This record gives sequence, structure tokens and C-alpha cells, in this order.
Amino acid sequence: MATTKRKRATTRADNQASSDDLLKYYREMLLIRRFEEKAGQLYGMGLIGGFCHLYIGQEAVVVGMQAAASDEDGVITSYRDHGHMLATGMDPAGVMAELTGREGGYSQGKGGSMHMFSKEKNFYGGHGIVGAQVPLGTGIAFSYKYREENKVCMTYLGDGAVNQGQVYEAFNMAALWQLPVIYCIENNQYAMGTSTQRHSSSPDLYERGKAYGIPGEQVDGMDVLAVKAAGERAVAHCREGKGPYILELKTYRYRGHSMSDPAKYRTKDELDKMRKEHDPIDMVKKLLIDGNIVDEAGLKDIDKEVKAEVAKAAEFAQNSPEPDVSELFTDILIDA
Amino acid sequence: MPIEVLMPALSPTMTEGTLAKWNVKEGDEVASGDVIAEIETDKATMEVEAVDEGKIGKLIVDAGTENVAVNQVIAYILEEDEDASALDNVSASAAPKAEEAPAESASEEAPAAGSSNAAPVAASGAIERSDAEPRAMSVMNATQDEKTYTSFKTQTVREALRDAMAEEMRSDDQVFVMGEEVAQYEGAYKVTQGLLDEFGDKRVIDTPITEHGFTGLATGSAFMGLKPVLEFMTFNFAMQAIDQIINSAAKTLYMSGGQLGCPIVFRGPNGAASRVGAQHSQCYASWYAHCPGLKVVAPWSAADAKGLLKAAIRDPNPIVFLENEIMYGQSFEVPDDDDFVLPIGQAKIEREGTDVTIVAFSIMVGKALKAAEQLAEQGISAEVINLRTIRPLDVNTIVRSVMKTNRLVTVEEGWHFSGIGAEIASVAMEHAFDYLDAPVARVTGEDVPMPYAANLEKLALAQDSHIVAAAKAVCYR
Repeated sequence: MATTKRKRATTRADNQASSDDLLKYYREMLLIRRFEEKAGQLYGMGLIGGFCHLYIGQEAVVVGMQAAASDEDGVITSYRDHGHMLATGMDPAGVMAELTGREGGYSQGKGGSMHMFSKEKNFYGGHGIVGAQVPLGTGIAFSYKYREENKVCMTYLGDGAVNQGQVYEAFNMAALWQLPVIYCIENNQYAMGTSTQRHSSSPDLYERGKAYGIPGEQVDGMDVLAVKAAGERAVAHCREGKGPYILELKTYRYRGHSMSDPAKYRTKDELDKMRKEHDPIDMVKKLLIDGNIVDEAGLKDIDKEVKAEVAKAAEFAQNSPEPDVSELFTDILIDA
Repeated sequence: MPIEVLMPALSPTMTEGTLAKWNVKEGDEVASGDVIAEIETDKATMEVEAVDEGKIGKLIVDAGTENVAVNQVIAYILEEDEDASALDNVSASAAPKAEEAPAESASEEAPAAGSSNAAPVAASGAIERSDAEPRAMSVMNATQDEKTYTSFKTQTVREALRDAMAEEMRSDDQVFVMGEEVAQYEGAYKVTQGLLDEFGDKRVIDTPITEHGFTGLATGSAFMGLKPVLEFMTFNFAMQAIDQIINSAAKTLYMSGGQLGCPIVFRGPNGAASRVGAQHSQCYASWYAHCPGLKVVAPWSAADAKGLLKAAIRDPNPIVFLENEIMYGQSFEVPDDDDFVLPIGQAKIEREGTDVTIVAFSIMVGKALKAAEQLAEQGISAEVINLRTIRPLDVNTIVRSVMKTNRLVTVEEGWHFSGIGAEIASVAMEHAFDYLDAPVARVTGEDVPMPYAANLEKLALAQDSHIVAAAKAVCYR
């Protein structure tokens, strides 16, 4: 049984990514950001209803983790899920159309922002109850082990979810049964409006598996390469059959908890500092420019492509019809 | 075309707000994410961020303007290749647009916010009304005569449940059994006897005492197509896990637009055992039966237990399978046939009668049959229906019986408020109103937490004498 590793204070990666990789991460992160900005805009126009939790600022986490995973691996997360869907390769138009509650959405408009799935892309939601996805993701990992498939389930949770009891029930079983699950704790420092200092007796969330012998690492979640490197260590651990792994990805969300959160619990300076000094997209942009991988014009071309893709998604999401009223009564039970 | 910046809504209910402050002036360059303005509502102040990059071409609404309607144009951003002349066309039209943008027109422009509230509500009303009758009828048409069997063996409910699991595990390697003490201990109530020996610890899995966690885990594995049979040592403990049962297992098929099914059976003893007090003596039938996305099954006899559990394991949906501890040791005749299975959603008439219909499920079926014997001695012919499935309810069998007897007594161990009896009474009222010769009577547990003292416990539970009294009352005897 592995024991908790020493604290690796904000592990930074050796810059080993290829030019193509860097361009890919840049594009993927930018797609998430532009998508989320557009979602915020459509929400403001009343085209998206209910709750809408944006991922802006946290893009390096899911893009870095997906870079470490294979397409066959499973992904499950909470309700701040748009970034994860895009990172697993789900179609932005289908995701946006679900946000607008239309027929063309991934759940045909019946799930919404917090409840979306793609079996094809191994994305298992999109769960609206804080922490509930953790036992579910552990169960997905259980199925991999049961069927002797060499897959890993990336189970994302926020710093708010780490105080839910069922998280530890899942940690215990995952360690007990050596299940291939990576618990990716996205520590964006605020559980809705309550800071980590105010909600957690110990701020080091990567240590939360210590009692179960689950190794944990703290990672700079604003650095996509650091995330990828840590993700690779975690994936290797799982694939070797050594059981679960915890990554605490220190990140920051630029927007409020949901669209209607004015975020009064933090200072403008704090936010500005993160944006200016730790922006995950700017970081990769700098690597691309400094490494002469691409020039400003080349970046502009990528920006335009991404913007066009998002614009197309937004257009589809507004033009796709609302679900047929007959859909009200479908998908409740499967015919036995 | 210059890019329109619209007055944003901070929530789906916001229709207007105050444009408190501009953080930019005309001619400023902005990038995506830059804060360009602050808006206020009675609840909050929010920053408006630029979604596109470019140059602020024109500010349409002055800082400090109150009652600015959502979706009204508040500014224009010029794109890279545009200059101020691009505003010539739009500026003229912007002013009137601002004036005529009250909340009504704003909501018209926002089909998702406006019509999605109205349309489905109206539609559901329409569908509900026209469909209520046919939906009940479709249940009625589904009733078929049960297959007849020639060879029987005597088994306890406990053995029948075990055999059902073992047979399904033999025929499908995706079926596994999980729960507290199910493997080495062979079940706290010995229901899983012999399963570990036959199937090994990969498929018969002892869990820690961690209901919320293992229910979520098993549900996640069912999303992947495994077929867990999850034993709760008693259903009282499933309350720890009810979020995963309802929110994850029952709702995900719908929320995923039909992508993710959940073929899982949640089984274990439900209701009062004997002298175990309030926290271990409760009937959960109406709790689970309330929720779409679940099927709720409650066997009485050993044949019920075997045939229905086999059907539940084969069913692609999440099933709550409510057993009864007191019934585990009781013996019944069970068809001795490898293909024996019972349809979910079909009740059974255990005893035919003409004067009054008694509808019961689980352990109460036995009490209802005893009551029927006593009633017969007093010249009242009672028909006893064993529901077998609570959801979907076999409306047909109940209604047909009521049409014949014109009198109805419902029996359940649980509390009366929002209980299964209330639902059945409602069904009788909706479908057989003109056939009822007396108000429906409900026999239920008393409206108290279960007491420990033997005498009080007996008083709290429905007894056959209560059923007899209720049946006589509806017969006006």
C-alpha cells in the first residue's frame, strides 16, 4: 500500500511539451474560455436559464489532465462542467444547445448546464449534487477493474466537495479495492463564497487521502504543463494497478460561483493579480512566442478560428428548436 | 457590423437594472474579459465584461440610467477593421430601440426565458389531460394471465431470494452482489447464503458500512452497464443513500436524454421487524414510489420473491426491491422451473371474492388473507389483491376488482399520510367513482414513530382485526 508522498509545493513541470502539444493546449484552453464567455453572454440575454457555472480561469486543469489521459478513460465531474465536456472532445454546438435547452443539446434539452453526458466521449456528467460524482466516478473505476479494462476514471471535485462525507466513503473503498480512479481536486479557493481558509481545517487538500493511504500531490493548476506532468504520474500509478491517486490542482475561477454571484467575498486586486500574473492561457502564449513556435499573427489566426467555432455553436444553440413536447415523457424508463 | 453590447440579466428573473457606471469611454480598446461597466439590481452589483475585442464605438446608455431593460443595446464595439463610420447606420436605430425596450419585448426576444416557461407548462397540461385515461388503460391492457406451472417445491422467502440471485448470476456475468456482510457472513439475514462459495469474491462483495458511498459506487458501475444487486442490511439504512438512489440512479436516464441507463437492484428488508424501535422499523414504499425513474417492487410470498427478483435483475432500470424480515423464514410453494419469472407491474388476486376488495402488499398480504377468512365466517366475501409491484401500479387489477365488489380497503404497514393507500384510494376515485358504494377505507400503521415496548408496538401496527373492522365498515355491517 502506497503512503502519502511528501508535499511537492506547487509542482512545476519541466517544459517538455512539443510545439504541437503546446499549440493544442493553447487552442483547447482558448476554446473553453471563449465558449464560457459566450455562455455568459447568452445567459445575460436570457437565452440560458437556471444556473450557469463558468470555468473561466481553470482551463489548464482539465486540458492538462486530458493531455495525460487516453480517449478511452472516463471523465466525471460536478456542475462546473462545460470545460470538461469540451476537453473530452464533445461538440461545442451540442453543449451550447443544451445550455439553451434545445433539441440539439447533448441531453435534448432535458439536462441543462449541470446535467450533460456523452457516452461516446466517455463523459459521464455533469452532476448537480456537490460530491455525488465522487462515489459515481469510483463506481466507474470499479467497472473498469471488474471488466479488466486498463482504464482510469478522472473524477473531478471542487474544494467545496472535499468536506462531503461521501467523498471519504469513496476514498476508502477505492483504496481498499485498489480502483483506478484519479481524484482531481480543483481547488479554486472558494466553495461558492466561502474561502478554503474558512471551510477546511487543513488547507492542504492533497492530504485528504492520507488516512486511506492514497498518495496525493499539490499541483499548480494554472500551469497546463505541470498539470499534465502530474496527471501522467497519476495515470501511470492507476494503470499499474496501484489504486487511486489524488491531485490537488490549485486554480482560480475568474467569475462568480454562478452567473448571479457578484463575488463580494474576494478583492478585485486578488482577481486582477491572478489574471495578470497567472493566467493559464497567457502562460502558454508566452511559451509559444518565446519559443518561436508561432508569431502574433499565427496566434491571431487561432483566435479567429476558435471565435468562429464558438460563434457557430452559439448560432446553433439559438436556432435549434426547443424539444418536442412529446419529449416530456421519454427517457424516464427503458422498456424492459 | 459593430458588435452590440446588450444589457445583461444576472438571473433568469431579472427584467431590468441600473447601469451604474461605465469603466470605459468611447475610443478605448477592450479585450475579452475586460470589465466595461457595472450594473445594479436590488440584489447585487455585477460587472459587465466585454465578450469581444475591439474599440468602444459608442456608449448608448448613460451611466446612472435606471430601469434599463435586459437585452437593450447599451454600447457598440467596433471590430478591428471598422471605424466610427460603421456606427452611422446603427446609431439612428439604437435610440428608438432603447425606448421601446420594456420588459415584455425583452422577454419576447429571449425565447428560452420566455416561451420555455410557457410552452412546456401549457403542453404538459394538455398532454396530461388527454393522456391520463389512455395511460391508465395501457396498464390495463398489459395484464396477462400468469403462466401456469405444474411442478413446485417448498421454499422459504430467504431461499427463493438467494436462488433468484444465483440463477441470474449464472446466466449473466455482469451481475454482481454487493453490500454489508453479504459475502463471508452470508448476509446479516442469511439471504446470500452460498453465493460467495459459488461465485467468488469478485462478484460477491463485502462493503464497509458506508451506504451513501457504496450506493453511489454501485450506481456508477451500473451507468457502465454492470448489473449490481445492492443489498441494504435494512432499508432504514438506505436513507443515508437516498440522494444517490433518487438523484443519480433514477434521474440520470432522463437527464442524459436516454444515454445512460442504470440497471441496478436495491434490495433488502423494509418495514418493521420486531421490537427494534423507531429507527429500524419504517416502511419506505411511498417514499420511493413517489419518484419517476424508479420501479418499486414488494414481494410477499417466496414465489413472488423469486419471480420478481429475477425480473428485477433482468430489468434495465433501477429497481427498489422491498423485502420483509419477518417473511424471510416463511415457506411457500415455488414453481420448480428454470424459466420461472414474474412480470413487474402486475398484481395478483390471491383470493377471489365479491363483497369487498382488500389491496395489500408485502407482509400485509398475509394479514389480509387471514382477515378474509374471518370475514368469510361472518358471511362477507373478500377479494384479496397482492400488489407485488407498487410502481408502476397495476391499476387495472384494482379497478376491475372494485367494479365487481364496489368496496375497497387498502392495507399497508406504513403511515397513512401520503401513503400507498392514499394513492390507491385516488386511483379508485378517478377510475371507478361510480362503482364505489362506500368511501375507501385505509388500514395503516399508527401515525407515531415505532415504539419499543411490546404492547405499544403491537398497537402501532396494522393487525388483521383492523382489516376485518375496515371491511365490515365499508360493507356497512
